[in-house]
Amino acid sequence: MHELGIVFYIIRDVKQAAEENNVEHVSTVVMNIGEVSTIVPEYLTDCWRWAADKEELLKGCELKIEPIPAVTHCDGCGKDYPTVAHGKICPHCGSPDTWLKQGREVEIKELLVR
Amino acid sequence: MDEVKVIELKKSVFEANDRNADNLRTELKQRGVYLLNLMSAPGSGKTTTLIQTINRLKDKIRIAVMEADIDSDVDAIKIKEATGVESIQLHTGGMCHLDAEMTRQGLAGIQDSKIQKFKDEPYDLVILENVGNLVCPAEFDTGAVRNAMILSVPEGHDKPLKYPLMFTVCDVVVINKIDVLPYFDFDLEKCKEYIHMRNPKAIVIPVCAKTGEGIDQFAEWLLTEVKKWKK
Repeated sequence: MHELGIVFYIIRDVKQAAEENNVEHVSTVVMNIGEVSTIVPEYLTDCWRWAADKEELLKGCELKIEPIPAVTHCDGCGKDYPTVAHGKICPHCGSPDTWLKQGREVEIKELLVR
Repeated sequence: MDEVKVIELKKSVFEANDRNADNLRTELKQRGVYLLNLMSAPGSGKTTTLIQTINRLKDKIRIAVMEADIDSDVDAIKIKEATGVESIQLHTGGMCHLDAEMTRQGLAGIQDSKIQKFKDEPYDLVILENVGNLVCPAEFDTGAVRNAMILSVPEGHDKPLKYPLMFTVCDVVVINKIDVLPYFDFDLEKCKEYIHMRNPKAIVIPVCAKTGEGIDQFAEWLLTEVKKWKK
């Protein structure tokens, strides 16, 4: 739902990085998006197209998304398990004493420039 | 062929906002201004609850309200008419949430208002009524001291399961419209249980903004919070 706001954040950070590196055009922005980040990748790329083409620096620039699977760790038995399939309760030992290890990332990984 | 160059960033897009929010909190602490971020779904009774709460507190502390909506200024006018406290409307320009920068601009807007000079005579409490939405506002730190949310009985007691992040980030959950409990399959105890699954420290306050039931408890919590912040 808030993908457009996120896109504005990405553009701001990319602009800053481009300036620091004396880059005039960015061809690809690679994002790490966690599985439970609440971001819908298709919405993000749609918003990106609309907003990025308004910037000289980002005209035609592709937004590439590399998904990060959500993993939860159980303090009860010390094992990891996939979050989306099992939620907050550990499928190995039944303990609710668990926490999200990865999967909430909304991160700019790298920029590709020519 | 042109060579492709890679610039590694490894940077969270929320990082700048989180930093901005922390800075804003520090500035507010120095000025002795308590900022409450109030969130909920549309139609849960945020504005009515605020009017009731403000009317119980306005003789004790100086209060201002920032109303955030995508459009219109009906809420800001309603608050001003019903309580007499300073109230400004922020438009998010189509965005589904407020971030720390927009909040900062809103606070500066109060500062500019003719009624009171924020700088010389600061407010004790500023309440930010966030955009009606249970998803996006939870993602963005506004710089507020505390987050509160209102869940109303017709929305159902299963909302903490469906919108986990919102209930995880809130320090207080006000359950509104308890006067209609007999007409809905809303299980108050189940609701509390679900909220505490998300956030064991959350304070749950059942109220009815229409009749005023339970509002004293919420107002009391807020007053204690403001006094603590000023120390």
